[in-house]
Amino acid sequence: MKEKVDSLDEWAVWEVFSQLEWGKPHEHCGSLHAPDAEIALQNARDVYARRFSVKSLWVVPANAITATRQEDGESFFDPQDEKIYRHPSFYKLPKGVRNI
Amino acid sequence: MDMKMSEETRRTLFEYLLRLGDDQLVMAQRLSEWCGMGPILEEDLALTNIALDCTGQAEMMLGLAGEVEGQGRSGDDLAFLRDEDEFRNLQLLEMPRGHFGDTIVRQFLYDAFAWIYFGKLRESGFQPLADIAAKVLKEVTYHLRHSREWLIRLGDGTEQSHYKVQKSLDTQWVYTGELFFTDEVDAHLLALKWVPDMAEVQPLWDDLVTQTLLEATLRRPVEPVFLPMEARLGRHSEYLGHMLANMQILARSHPGASW
Repeated sequence: MKEKVDSLDEWAVWEVFSQLEWGKPHEHCGSLHAPDAEIALQNARDVYARRFSVKSLWVVPANAITATRQEDGESFFDPQDEKIYRHPSFYKLPKGVRNI
Repeated sequence: MDMKMSEETRRTLFEYLLRLGDDQLVMAQRLSEWCGMGPILEEDLALTNIALDCTGQAEMMLGLAGEVEGQGRSGDDLAFLRDEDEFRNLQLLEMPRGHFGDTIVRQFLYDAFAWIYFGKLRESGFQPLADIAAKVLKEVTYHLRHSREWLIRLGDGTEQSHYKVQKSLDTQWVYTGELFFTDEVDAHLLALKWVPDMAEVQPLWDDLVTQTLLEATLRRPVEPVFLPMEARLGRHSEYLGHMLANMQILARSHPGASW
C-alpha cells in the first residue's frame, strides 16, 4: 500500500496532445491533472477528445518537458531566413507522401 | 421496422426492453447527480459524460419499447410519465450515489455485467436489439475501463481509500444477485434466441469481478445471502420514488414542453 496522499494538489500536471487524422502531427490541446498515465489518458479522452473525432492521444508529464526561457530571445531564435540554402527545402518528395 | 409478432412476444419484449432501458435511465440520473460535485474537474466531466452515454442508451431502448408496445407512447413518455412501481431497473442502480468510492464500486459491478451481457446481445435474433447492443457495447467498454481502473486505484491506494471502498463493496454486494434475475419474460425470449442466457453471463461476470478485486487487493464478499430480486418486478427501495420525483417534475409540470 502506498503512502497516504494529503492533498489533490499532489496530482501531477500532464500535457495533452491529440491527433485529428492519421499521419498528421499530434498537436498540443491542453493540460490536466492526473495521478498516473492511465488516468491521464482517460481524463484526456473525457476533457479533450469527446467532441472531436480524435485518432490518437498522447499524455506527457508536464515536468518532462524542457522549454526555452523567455530571455533566450534573439540569440536563440534569430531567424535564418536570408540563408535559404540552410533549409532542407530542395528535396523532391515522393508522390503519395502528404503531411510532411 | 417489422414489428409483427405474437401478442405474448410483444408483451414480453416490451417488459424486457423496459428492464434494459430503465437500468440505463436510472443510472444516468444517479450519475448526473455528480455534475458539478465531482472530486476533481476531470472526473466530474468523466462521470457526466458516462451519464450522457447512459441517457442516450435509455432513449434507444425505451424508444424501441414504445414502438414494440404500439400504443403510441414515446421513449420520453415512458421515461417521464411512468410511476415508481412501473419501473423495472435493478435495485443496485437506484441506491443513493454515496461517495465517489460507492459510485465507482456500483459502476464497476454493473459495467462488468453490461460488458459481458451486451457482448452476447449482439447475437440477438431480433435485429433492433442486436443493433442497440453493438452501439452500447462500444460505450460500455469505456465505462468498464474507467470504473475498473479507478477501483484498482482506490482498493490498492491509501489505507483510507482501501477501507472505504471495501466497505462500499461489502454494502452493495447483496444487490448483485439481481443482475442475473430471470423469469418467464427471459425464458420466452431466450427460446426465440433473442436474448442471452443469464446462466452463461454469470460465470463470466464472476471471473472478471474476482480477477479485478484481486488486482485491487479487495476482499471478495461472500455470496449474497439477501437477494431482493423484486425491483425487476416493480417493487423498489424507498430511494427510487424520490429520485423519480426529481427527474420527472419538469416534464410533468410542463406537459409536451420543448426547448
